[in-house]
Amino acid sequence: MNAEQISGEYNFAYLDEQTKRMIRRALLKGLAIPGYQVPFASREMPMPYGWGTGGVQISAAILVPEDRFKVIDQGADDTTNAVSIRRFFEKVAQVETTEKTAEATVIQTRHRIPERDLHEGQVLVYQVPIPEPLRFLEPSEVETRKMHALEEYGLMHVKLYEDIARHGEIATSYAYPVKVEGRYVMDPSPIPKFDNPKLEMAGIQLFGAGREQRIYAIPPHTQVVSLDFEDYPFQRMKAPKCCDLCGAGESYLDEVITDDAGGRMYVCSDTDFCRERREAGHVGALGVAEDAA
Amino acid sequence: MAMASEALSGGFSDAPRQSARAFRAALEAMARPGEMQQLADLAAAPAPVSPAAATLLLVLCDPETPVHLAGDHDRTEVRDWITFHCGAPLVGPGEAAFALGSWQALGDLGAYGLGTAEYPDRSATLIVEGMGGAPVTLRGPGIRDSRAAELPETAAFQRNAALFPLGLDFYFCDGARLWALPRTTKVTEAEAV
Ligand SMILES: [Zn+2]
Repeated sequence: MNAEQISGEYNFAYLDEQTKRMIRRALLKGLAIPGYQVPFASREMPMPYGWGTGGVQISAAILVPEDRFKVIDQGADDTTNAVSIRRFFEKVAQVETTEKTAEATVIQTRHRIPERDLHEGQVLVYQVPIPEPLRFLEPSEVETRKMHALEEYGLMHVKLYEDIARHGEIATSYAYPVKVEGRYVMDPSPIPKFDNPKLEMAGIQLFGAGREQRIYAIPPHTQVVSLDFEDYPFQRMKAPKCCDLCGAGESYLDEVITDDAGGRMYVCSDTDFCRERREAGHVGALGVAEDAA
Repeated sequence: MAMASEALSGGFSDAPRQSARAFRAALEAMARPGEMQQLADLAAAPAPVSPAAATLLLVLCDPETPVHLAGDHDRTEVRDWITFHCGAPLVGPGEAAFALGSWQALGDLGAYGLGTAEYPDRSATLIVEGMGGAPVTLRGPGIRDSRAAELPETAAFQRNAALFPLGLDFYFCDGARLWALPRTTKVTEAEAV
């Protein structure tokens, strides 16, 4: 997608008002039934499905002119995908954009929750590829809908238990299923399971799957429990390393290959978090002090 | 029959932006049960519709959402306004996606659609005119610990919450203010101080 190519007449935030109303109604029902997947009639967006059209449609339905909008892709603000979505809304909704988590009012994300705790008044919009947590166990939509209706989640536990039998632990490390407010099993989108504890937060979380035409939501301060077993409790897990740039020991790290000789370093996947720490004077093993110059 | 000019006025002058702001307040309200939201961008419908209720209708209703008008709200001026601005069909309580009226007039909650086990989202949203009543304590999703509120009664909301994941969702409107009570909220009578 190229924001510059969008021209001619379009409505505020691109979508027409009737489409926004339909999405808005789905969002309200999603908040009223936390973790339940509300069907909605997904619209064509000027970008391919893999680009997070579900998240983009939610952002289009909730953005107000006064918002400050941030987009992250696996924690980074500067990937092609994140930059394109940011430019798109700068153009069609004339919103201010920011890379600072603390200053954003709406954050659209693919595959991460920001390290910094979100506060009241902030909304996190997730791009979701496959909203149905039971899809890999049961391909039929009719059947999975029935399973949710009957709260029949035994199959999911069997799958996790098979993981334990095979690998000695629950091997699922992304899109780790959760139970919301003791009722619906939900796919938190492909965030690392390291992020799962942060699904209980003060901000509003909205999830959009464009191709699969589903919207779901978690209100603030809602109970979100990662599925586990008494003898195999959920473990957050992270590499026993610190960020080589900012020295953070508690953040989710990406492994980056630095040269042809196989050199590598670990850096915060949340680029804003890392920047903020470095600006505050923290230096990692391979970092350069900000004020060294 | 010619519509009164009242029916043709009271919409938004800049619908996309004003609707966006009003919806955001409605979203925050549903996400934080019991928390008062002040609307800045207001629609104006004929009496006895409050500005907050008129704004909700304008932002959420269209030909896909049948609306039920209860009691005093079921009058020609209001019907015409909804027909002109929303294009929503006017129906009885059983078919309504949205219902509007005073708590008294809305009547037996059993008359409204609760959704189905497979589609609990296909349930009615009730827009209640007026606030106040007995002090209650709210708990549940969207509420950190508990929140104080006032409701016209307690038992009806307790029965509604017991139906979860089925159930009705409510907005309470007064002037330019509104707050929401989704089916997830657990209501108890506030202990006497
Ligand atoms: Zn770092």
